[in-house]
Amino acid sequence: MIPRRTLADREDVLGVAMLAPALVYVILLVGVPFVLAILLSFSNATAGSLSFGWAGGRNYAAILGDPIFLRSLRNTAIVTIGSQVLVVVLATAAAQVFRAAFHGKRLARLVLLLPWAVPVSLAAIAWTWIFDSTFSVLNWTLKATHLMHGWLYWLGDPGLALVAIIIVQAWRIFPFATVIVLAGLASIPQDVVEAAIVDGAGFWRRLFKVELPLLLPVVAVAVLFGVVYTATDLGVVYILTGGGPANTTQVLPSLAFQRGVLGADLGQGAAIAVFLLPFLIVVAVAMLRLARRAEVGTR
Amino acid sequence: MKRVALYAAAAGFMVFAGFPFYWMLLTAFKQNRDLYVGAFDTRHVPWVFNDPPTLEHVRLLFGQTEFPRWVLNTLVVVVAVVAITVAVAVPAGYSLARLTGRWGERLGMGIFFTYLIPPTLLFIPFSRVVALLGLQNSLGALILVYPTITIPFCTWLVMGFVRSVPWDIEEQAMIDGYSRLAVILKVAPRLIVPGILTVVVFSFTLVMQEFVYALTFLSSVDRMTVSLGVPIALVRGDVYHWGALMAAALVISIPLAIIYNLFIDRFIQGFTMGAVKG
Repeated sequence: MIPRRTLADREDVLGVAMLAPALVYVILLVGVPFVLAILLSFSNATAGSLSFGWAGGRNYAAILGDPIFLRSLRNTAIVTIGSQVLVVVLATAAAQVFRAAFHGKRLARLVLLLPWAVPVSLAAIAWTWIFDSTFSVLNWTLKATHLMHGWLYWLGDPGLALVAIIIVQAWRIFPFATVIVLAGLASIPQDVVEAAIVDGAGFWRRLFKVELPLLLPVVAVAVLFGVVYTATDLGVVYILTGGGPANTTQVLPSLAFQRGVLGADLGQGAAIAVFLLPFLIVVAVAMLRLARRAEVGTR
Repeated sequence: MKRVALYAAAAGFMVFAGFPFYWMLLTAFKQNRDLYVGAFDTRHVPWVFNDPPTLEHVRLLFGQTEFPRWVLNTLVVVVAVVAITVAVAVPAGYSLARLTGRWGERLGMGIFFTYLIPPTLLFIPFSRVVALLGLQNSLGALILVYPTITIPFCTWLVMGFVRSVPWDIEEQAMIDGYSRLAVILKVAPRLIVPGILTVVVFSFTLVMQEFVYALTFLSSVDRMTVSLGVPIALVRGDVYHWGALMAAALVISIPLAIIYNLFIDRFIQGFTMGAVKG
């Protein structure tokens, strides 16, 4: 950019004028509600009235003594970590496959991206049907191949339901992570890889000693977005299990929705949702560090 | 040998990713007596059509449910949200890339970070804001709130896009006597058409996919959008219209997947920020 001194002032004015609507929108409709979310968590507000009374730490005391809340906090961590471990494995493997040239790759890529493109609520309802207690095609297949003799009540058993949730979360996020890792692979300088080949490194050695370390920032980006999308997701749990059986698969967003919106206890709902913040702060800090490293790298 | 392994792995990933969609396809066109056979009956193979396919479920979906209405509602929200997002995010992204100098980058990142604040943290305060504005159970609530997701991401996308456009054409226009404002109004839009298109597609797909706010704000079945109505209102009591449900899921997913396929690389540029140097 070549700033022309005589127009500098006008560029300032234009810049601010063009930026202002976006800033105002973000401040009024993200910033203010964000502050309101935290204020509400210290209040006794309910959905019915517009009154707003200070409740101090009462909402927090109530949820911290509530086994359902503690379980939802644990479930959120289990689902997030479990699905993201799967995502990393699946995405790095899929990226290795999809960087190669093969027949039908365009179609394969389209199919691979389906889980990411489909609305999460529609994917969740399809999986609900797949996990159906009577008609589950998974059960049929396991039974027909003699891998199973009993019966799996996928969404009726607390442990299995959590497994189902992890599978669906990993399924919908790994395509996105794969594309990110592919972008990272494409940006690895070819001479580095060639040098490794010349030095006699085989496929696995090249993968683990050369490429994966170089890919680490990109994989980190994929995981960070994956954490945000999984930890804060309501759709999958709400549709798949509704938090059941008996509140055993509640996660923070679903419990916040149940208490805050359905139960009209805005204060307690807000307090539950606030526990998403630690997940988000970790992600935000990690991203800032990555961005700074990338900045340093380009200079 | 290596080729075989490659094709086997590719097939494996396609099966895992695509299997629910294959299942949607089967369910949407199977006759009920072929569909509702308990999975404990191992002689009845559910993976194929055992009876001839039927259009019964598709007819039910379009003729006897609110689905067409939901599609219409979704389109109304799409048009409004796309218009707001383009009008707000494109100038902001251009400004951050060309006009605001050094602090623009910091500010751009700040705006992008608000994209990380999830609907599930904001839906409770929003339910109060929406009530105060009298927008409960109205599409207006979605039109107001969805840009809080699209504007941060799209501003960032446009900023990155404008940076990648060489400055010389705009510079030449200024040398030719255009004012800075005239360059922005007359020259720049042509240069950033692909960026604007990406904003349109991102906003469109977001509206199609969003579930949390729709679930929070909308309660009447006739006001719902597709992503809410299909999973919530096609399941009534004990009567599961699985055929119609899966038909709806399929009808919505396929076009979205094709659009996504065309634009995914541009979206990804937004997500990877500085971590990938292209």
